[in-house]
Amino acid sequence: MSSAEIATRPESEGFKIRWGDLAPFIALGVIILLGTMINSNFMSANNMLNVITRSAFIAIIGVGTTFVIATGGLDLSIGSMLAFVVGIMVMAMNALAPSFGPWAIPIGAVVALVVGSLCGLMNGLIITVGRIEPFIVTLGTMGIFRALITYMTDGGSLSIDRSLRNAYRPVYFGDVLGVPYPVIITLFIALLGAFILYRTKYGRRVTAVGSNADVARFSGVHVGRVRTMAFVIQGFCVAVAAICYVPRLGAATPTTGQLWELQVITAVVIGGTLLRGGKAHIWGTVAGALILEVIANVMVLSDMVSEYLVAAVQGAIIIIAMLAHRFTSSR
Amino acid sequence: MKLAATDAAGRTMPPEPVLHAEALSKAYGPITVLSDVTLDIRAGEVHAIIGENGAGKSTLMKLLSGHAEPTGGTMAMAGQPVAFADAVQAEDAGIVLVHQEILLAPDLTVAQNLFLGRELSRFFAVDDKRMNRRTAEVLARVGSTARPWTVVGELPLAQRQLVQIARALLDDRKVIILDEPTAMLANDEVDALLDIVRNLRAQGVAVLYISHRLEEVEALADRVTVLRDGKMIGTWPAETLDQRQMAELMVGRELSMLYPPKRDPTTVEPVLVVEDLSVDHGKITGSFSVRPGEVLGIGGMIGAGRTELIEGLMGLRPSQAGAIRLGGSAVTKHDVTALMAAGLVYLTEDRKGKGLLLNEGLGPNLILQAMDMINPRLRLDRKKENAVVKAAVQEYDIRVRTLSIEAGQLSGGNQQKLLLAKVMQADPSVVIIDEPTRGIDIGNKSQIYRFIDDLVRTGKACVVISSELPELVGLSDRVLVMRGGRFVAELTGNDITEQNVVYAAASSGKDTEGRKRA
Repeated sequence: MSSAEIATRPESEGFKIRWGDLAPFIALGVIILLGTMINSNFMSANNMLNVITRSAFIAIIGVGTTFVIATGGLDLSIGSMLAFVVGIMVMAMNALAPSFGPWAIPIGAVVALVVGSLCGLMNGLIITVGRIEPFIVTLGTMGIFRALITYMTDGGSLSIDRSLRNAYRPVYFGDVLGVPYPVIITLFIALLGAFILYRTKYGRRVTAVGSNADVARFSGVHVGRVRTMAFVIQGFCVAVAAICYVPRLGAATPTTGQLWELQVITAVVIGGTLLRGGKAHIWGTVAGALILEVIANVMVLSDMVSEYLVAAVQGAIIIIAMLAHRFTSSR
Repeated sequence: MKLAATDAAGRTMPPEPVLHAEALSKAYGPITVLSDVTLDIRAGEVHAIIGENGAGKSTLMKLLSGHAEPTGGTMAMAGQPVAFADAVQAEDAGIVLVHQEILLAPDLTVAQNLFLGRELSRFFAVDDKRMNRRTAEVLARVGSTARPWTVVGELPLAQRQLVQIARALLDDRKVIILDEPTAMLANDEVDALLDIVRNLRAQGVAVLYISHRLEEVEALADRVTVLRDGKMIGTWPAETLDQRQMAELMVGRELSMLYPPKRDPTTVEPVLVVEDLSVDHGKITGSFSVRPGEVLGIGGMIGAGRTELIEGLMGLRPSQAGAIRLGGSAVTKHDVTALMAAGLVYLTEDRKGKGLLLNEGLGPNLILQAMDMINPRLRLDRKKENAVVKAAVQEYDIRVRTLSIEAGQLSGGNQQKLLLAKVMQADPSVVIIDEPTRGIDIGNKSQIYRFIDDLVRTGKACVVISSELPELVGLSDRVLVMRGGRFVAELTGNDITEQNVVYAAASSGKDTEGRKRA
């Protein structure tokens, strides 16, 4: 066998610049630049921290959604699932508060993580064992979770016990050396997600299943298990977001998390993850969540466009991002 | 001749051909797939076209029916020169191709399918009554029992095939081209279809019949044209050929020096024994075994069930096995992972659709299958992965400009070698290779043949499924031939010839027997 013709100089993978992968970060930079030009308050530390903290929910859930979409799935139930998990967690904490005091908070958080993961497991099993389209299954569970939270709150709101409020408040409003907890949690979840996706065998299988499920099957990958696990990760991330969410408003209502699924999917897609699966960008998702929140913030700060049109601008962005992708990828 | 005209002197003359093709050729870029085919098709005859897989049958049909344009040669209908820019023009001229695959909308009714795109209307509304009536007439003509308003998806396969033929007959056709019309039909359904073709012939239609089932050709055809390697071998009156002669004409080629010398047949115990494997709910069944140091070839026509049998063995299709023994111990669970652990791997024929992740690099492709064997931990080992890539590129001579190339950017030959390297990562004792050299150039071919030879000479076993006869014959120490989902012949030693394989794969055997006795 002739080895003379083989280039043995391996190009390092990490340093090859792919402009397509950088697009969300460049877009984020451009929007921040625009914001600074429009309003001097935009760049103030206070405003910036506020924006980043608010984007935490979408970013945290988005990490899970990146896994689901990378396997070629889709989860429409995340907004309703968040509300449902928040409801269960509040009920659990309130029930535990009399006997456990402040310890009710960590126990309640664990309950939330378990319930969230189980919700994801349910979605995943119905999809893989029942062989039904993810779109349909999660459309169904979206309705179920939403109805359950409405039932649990009796149409009103489900507030966290007064005795727990002060102890729980810092999880959203507190900070370490000026960095708010939700930002730290987002970073931790994104790092964990990136580790699983890029550094573990499971992550490798996720992209394999998403880029060609037949190839994965013929290579002995248990496609159903990989897909189901992605939904479990999604449920876990929703629960983490729920844990950060409760101290912010202190209650679950029938409208908690409504339409968040659209924002999350938008963030993931403008972050560079392909909706048909196979290519996943955790940090792109985080950038996508920031883009959505920064745009909303810029619009509120400027008086040029009504803030009622925020959703319209966000909607336009996902379409523009996809068009840009189409033109850059076809070269 | 059934419809022979008589000339002034009273001699019988062949009737004027409805369609005449002169020196028809087709090339895709520098590759010529069909050259210099001259033939004529007469009204009221069944003209069979036979040839091996890849002989150029389907290209010829596409040219005649306007689905592709010839790069050389001319066509004439009833003496007038014609050229078709597309299939619609050919249909307007009276030539229609009935595809091998069923191309019908399953949720529409028979009548809706027949008139799809050319619906009859009455005052801006579709005229279902008239369409249903016309449909019923055409269905009667092909002897179908389907009703015009039946939804196509509810019809059995054979009936759908008839509906497809009926659609071709909706307008008056002079030439009907049937591409493997019986490929998906059961035996009694085949008989019914043959009657319909005879019926069409009696109505004066010219039928061009493409099939690799030689007994059908023998039973049906008036004339037979043989293609081989894109060239026309000749046209013969059907009664002058029997199935064996047809098979010889289809093959007629000498073995090249491309193949390594055959190995000595071993007498050791088989390393893989498969008993009573039943795939796709009994549609495909078979038992086989292979010894260390042996290349077992599995031959047969496309659609005989070879790939399906192996996919069933690997647990990639619904299947049941009586028993599978690998290296002396029984395998209870047959899926890709369990069999890989026991020492058996399968290399798919569909390297782009089922073999490689085209958007991924060499590393992710190479380690995808044997990931757990290469590295038992949860975490990926990038160092080991890079080492695997380097070793594979060397050992399998995968020619790449840079190691960070994506699999989809490799040439077909390099992709095949990458796929081979991928399944070999598990260090198997038995390798099943489906179409080892499909669509790759001669240089890569001989490398892969040598690799297979090296493999079995080190005491491993190899099963090769191939539709390329020279390859099957050149590589195999033993050949099993499949037909209609069953093994029908086993060839060893000097009996492994292309003629014998084609004969077993294409003929039923019993027809010829009956003919000899008669």
